[in-house]
Amino acid sequence: MSTPILSLANVSKRFVKPLDASERIANLLGAHREPQIVRAVDRVDLTIMPGEVVGLVGESGCGKSTLGRIVAGIQDPSEGVVAFKGQDIARMNKAERRQANLAVQMVFQDPMGSLNPRMKVLDIVGEAPVVHGIIPTQQKERYVSDLLGRVGLDASAMRRYPHQFSGGQRARIGIARALAVNPTMLVCDEATAALDVSIQAQIINLFVELREEFGLTYLFVSHDLGVVAHVADRVAVMYLGRIVELGSTEAMFASPNHPYTQALLSEVPQLEPKKRKFSALNSEIPSPLRPPPGCSFHTRCPHAFARCETDRPAMQEVGPGRLSACHLNDR
Amino acid sequence: MSAVLEVSDLAVTFGTRDGLLKAVDGVSFSVSRGEVLGLVGESGSGKSITGLAIMGLIDAPGRIARGSVKFEGQELIGKNENTLRSLRGRRMAMIFQDPMSTLNPVLRIDTQMIETIRAHEKVSEKAARARARDALAKVGIPSPDERLLAYPHQFSGGMRQRVAIAIALLHGPSLIIADEPTTALDVTIQAQILSEVQTLAAETGTALVWITHDLSVVASLADRVAVMYAGRLVEEGQVADVLTQPLHPYTKGLIESVPSRNRRGSPLAQIPGMTPSLACLPEGCAFRPRCSRATEICLEAPGLTQHVGGRRVRCFHPSSNLGGGA
Repeated sequence: MSTPILSLANVSKRFVKPLDASERIANLLGAHREPQIVRAVDRVDLTIMPGEVVGLVGESGCGKSTLGRIVAGIQDPSEGVVAFKGQDIARMNKAERRQANLAVQMVFQDPMGSLNPRMKVLDIVGEAPVVHGIIPTQQKERYVSDLLGRVGLDASAMRRYPHQFSGGQRARIGIARALAVNPTMLVCDEATAALDVSIQAQIINLFVELREEFGLTYLFVSHDLGVVAHVADRVAVMYLGRIVELGSTEAMFASPNHPYTQALLSEVPQLEPKKRKFSALNSEIPSPLRPPPGCSFHTRCPHAFARCETDRPAMQEVGPGRLSACHLNDR
Repeated sequence: MSAVLEVSDLAVTFGTRDGLLKAVDGVSFSVSRGEVLGLVGESGSGKSITGLAIMGLIDAPGRIARGSVKFEGQELIGKNENTLRSLRGRRMAMIFQDPMSTLNPVLRIDTQMIETIRAHEKVSEKAARARARDALAKVGIPSPDERLLAYPHQFSGGMRQRVAIAIALLHGPSLIIADEPTTALDVTIQAQILSEVQTLAAETGTALVWITHDLSVVASLADRVAVMYAGRLVEEGQVADVLTQPLHPYTKGLIESVPSRNRRGSPLAQIPGMTPSLACLPEGCAFRPRCSRATEICLEAPGLTQHVGGRRVRCFHPSSNLGGGA
């Protein structure tokens, strides 16, 4: 077996809101205020092989974006090991770490928020490769115009500012910027969510073309199951900071194992023109500040039984290459 | 069935430095009692402006240039603000995409709901509170008595949208215009809201105009669908007909560009180019530059033609498998 391009082992990310002055004073006077802790990502294992497209789906607040940022090296995990090509990133020296970070680039959801409005496209796309010594300054223009051509933009675009482009074109600029440093892997965080359907199709096709052209590996973070089903080889489903099911796209969409995946799939509106009754999962996602004990899904699960409220289910194999975290599989 | 809402030849223009923009240009449709009409289009197609124009909520620099909006047989265009006010919130109501901007953040839910009831009816505060409570219970909010005393920020996004829907339902309106009400919500929450809305519309016979960019929501919710492109209605018909046999090339392109698990891996069909700016619409058919069927005749603006099954389409070259126009 080849080495995975990226692997996460037992990775967690905690965000802590420390006590403010008044709460600290209250504690001095005998109150018992504790800092609020959110476990945005909770003991996650994930390996991504070279050339693979992994989809990461879940609802808002499930930690999928945080996990994407950990993979892209923008955020460090609170615990656990992130390994790039088999090497622990935390133990790399500065130069190695820089190489690893360059190799994994991120494409963001909101191109207007992630492109500097005061920079021309030439600088937005061309700055990083010059700074990192990938190309000499004199070649910047040629390099940028090549890249813009690859993502389907005219070379004249480099003289313009981000506000002069439409949403779809801005998404292309964001992709060109990510490609500028010759990455081996792209993390796309809801990269098509803000686009109209017809433009979204263009961008998705672009991702597929680039994958073949550059041999890219993708982590595709999205709430849109239709998009993920279309592009991904494997899908990881997240719920409240944990991955609850992982497997090949075809197998998972054909027969979802985890009750949450089942609910998620059944509630996606389909293009089939027929009136149907929405079955509606009961209640809402619990607050990640106080996740339920045991299986975090048991409060909404139609099949929950006593053990679900106390034991956290481990990921276990339920088929070839398929993992699911559900006590029902033990029955 | 008589039409609750009849819109004919509605046009809304906005005066800008670049000249007059036609945001909505000659839109006509009608909605009957208990019917759900899906109004579909991409950003800038004029679907939201159509909704606002029906409610009489177009502000300067926009104005209704021509056309008529008949609500329960009554012409609304040209009515004074007081008459419209007495209709809005009572006989016709609107639900917006972002409930946080429709709810007043500094007032409790009960204050806002009771105010809405008493604005249109002379009832005691106690009776109004009981009605507000029932409305919350009806849209599936647990422990409505306590939730009445909460502020909007104490609700989650899905719950807030339910409150907005409850407020829209307070007076049992005969028409609700919903502008992308589930777009900002997660799929499981969206399913909950759609299921509530389905039940309520069936129970009360309220006519519903559901404005959305998401064809799959329309597929499962609406009876009829109207597709807009660059301010004009390009196709209208029964949902099943339009989605299985789209006549207009734009509708066809839209349907084919939705990623679906059936065609995994293969490239998505895409509509080339992008939506034109309203400031420089192409001459003739606005979809012409992006259309594979375009010919010389498309340099003239096509009219809406009738087709079998009560379908209407604005195209010189509709898909031919359904036979010609009438």
